[in-house]
Amino acid sequence: MKFIDGYRDRDLTDRLARQIRKAAAGTYTFMEVCGGHTAAIRRFGIHSLLPEGIRLISGPGCPVCVTGKGFVDRLSVYAGLKDVIITLYGDLMRIPGSGGRSLEKARAEGADVRIVFSSLDALSTARNNPGKKVIFAGIGFETTAPGTAAALQIAYRENISNFMVISAHKIMPPAMEAILKEGTRLNGFICPGHVAAITGSGIFDFIPRNYGIGCVVSGFEPADILLSVLMLISQVNANQPSTEIQYNRVVTEKGNLVAKEVMNEVFESCDTEWRGLGLIGGSGLIIRKKYERHDAESVIQVKVVESPDDGHCICGDILRGLREPSDCGLFGKACNPGEPVGACMVSEEGTCHTWHKYRLSDG
Amino acid sequence: MDRFVTLNHGSGGRQTNDLIRELFARNFAMDMPLTDSAIVTFGGKKVAFTTDSYVIDPIFFPGGDIGKLAVCGTVNDLAVSGAIPGYISASFIIEEGFPIDELSRIAESMAREAVNAGVRIVTGDTKVVGKGKCDRIFINTAGTGVLLREGLDVSTASAVKPGDRLIVNGSLGNHSIAVLGSRNNLSFTTPVLSDCASLNHLTTKLLSECNGIRFMRDLTRGGLAGVLNELSSMCRRGIIIEETTLPVDEPVRGACEMLGFDPLYLANEGKLIVVVEENEVLKVLDILRSDPLGRNAAVIGEIAAVEKGKVILTTVTGGKRIVDMPEGVQLPRIC
Repeated sequence: MKFIDGYRDRDLTDRLARQIRKAAAGTYTFMEVCGGHTAAIRRFGIHSLLPEGIRLISGPGCPVCVTGKGFVDRLSVYAGLKDVIITLYGDLMRIPGSGGRSLEKARAEGADVRIVFSSLDALSTARNNPGKKVIFAGIGFETTAPGTAAALQIAYRENISNFMVISAHKIMPPAMEAILKEGTRLNGFICPGHVAAITGSGIFDFIPRNYGIGCVVSGFEPADILLSVLMLISQVNANQPSTEIQYNRVVTEKGNLVAKEVMNEVFESCDTEWRGLGLIGGSGLIIRKKYERHDAESVIQVKVVESPDDGHCICGDILRGLREPSDCGLFGKACNPGEPVGACMVSEEGTCHTWHKYRLSDG
Repeated sequence: MDRFVTLNHGSGGRQTNDLIRELFARNFAMDMPLTDSAIVTFGGKKVAFTTDSYVIDPIFFPGGDIGKLAVCGTVNDLAVSGAIPGYISASFIIEEGFPIDELSRIAESMAREAVNAGVRIVTGDTKVVGKGKCDRIFINTAGTGVLLREGLDVSTASAVKPGDRLIVNGSLGNHSIAVLGSRNNLSFTTPVLSDCASLNHLTTKLLSECNGIRFMRDLTRGGLAGVLNELSSMCRRGIIIEETTLPVDEPVRGACEMLGFDPLYLANEGKLIVVVEENEVLKVLDILRSDPLGRNAAVIGEIAAVEKGKVILTTVTGGKRIVDMPEGVQLPRIC
């Protein structure tokens, strides 16, 4: 923890906040893509340290928030089958599917739904329950996809035939590009540090090159985020957009080559639906044919009926940085962390959830 | 209200409160506000009366077991109500096939803790249910104790005033992390021990030697955040706490960073919050710190005249944010 404390040091963050105030000339809108950043900004009250002209908006980088309702519905159907154990990351429990039905509710009605901390825990569940089909809900970006891929490789190699994955894995750059193409006006991206730890910072290079918008790969501590903001301000002021790494204690330009190889061996890209953003070409990861027998969707075919979204929920606009949670009529009323309507209210890292949980005393 | 009970209804947060208020308290016509113990009158004497059920997985965990927990929990509910715990009941619901040697370890542990706390286990009940009808063993304890002095009220927060200080007796979250770390389906282990302990000797000392204690509450399921939110709504004041003053042990902080948990929301089983008037702060700290159960006691904040009904945290970087009532069970994050 000493390692973390240095980046939370009050003198350091005060100094960075002063430098930001000095450097800021005019208005700036930066998007933090990753939900981890949104949570850190709110948790530490970082926005309350920034001058008025700097606006931080949240992007589509909370995996729970962008996961389509259809995925939850499919999981619910699987959960209702005989001799099936659903294993998932904790934040998935509460995402509302069609008609507000979540996995948490499915569990209350008797389904065997278990929270795991890694894909390998799910694999152990399969080993320990040979008479049951164990389905792991693969969700997340380049950060968690290699873990799912590694579990699939082991299951394939060791022929753990009752282990299956349903993949809703996604990759980040196409979504960032989609946001820019849709016209969200930004002066820079605070880029996801843990995604870049796997992929390398190079995957963001097309953004400054093609769109003239700066990218700084940031760590998750207060000093990291403040320094990243300062770096983006300098880029804007000098009119020199580029990809820079602030989080250089973890991230390199090339990334983790082994993890990338594992991910590519198991997954191939596909078009996929993002909650709020719609269908984005080449942004999803599906399981390659070689691993078909561990792909829940090919092994167990079910019929899933999806009902339309609540028309009042504005999660889509929030994920694109067009509107803020306080613009939503449901926020804090019909939609709250205990009874979420939209996905942004579910995860600890969802924009609405963090706004609700860490809302400022002045509202 | 939901059509089904979910785990969130048992998390000690908002949903638990809603269920108790809207379903139980209304049907039972109970007096508000609901406190850890009911205060009833017997033959002219004020007696505190409480009950609690214990369900925990695993039943043996670093720093304690379900039996010790069942005694401490009920003792603590009486203690923070300003009572001297006297008599306790113990009822067991046991799953068919449960090993007798584990049951005897639990009973020995309860006996040991009862001696520590100075209470007697005087009545009880045993039920056995079929395999799969309960998770190994559930224990219910109820307890009574006589109020330390006539008219003592440290539960309803009626005397809490702006400027009063908030003190906790030690590090937050150890129980949650110890239990989580010892679940055999998790792939991490921690050196953390549960803080499970009876606090009645400590509270008796505090209440006997200090006159300025306005409120006490043990910090269990909903964590510090849950209790502070209840306190702020009971006394209709604001509460301001400083993140830098919160005692949290390094391994607990580490686990929280990894799992995305907030120590403010983690359960404790040997921690309490004391609200005390300003001029008795040092005295309370002295008493707490001279006891092994209060060695890491710290002043963490104060009652404010502003921000009525809200709990505000000043963060390590000087930013400000609200600390909300816990909403459901804390869920570990994805990445």
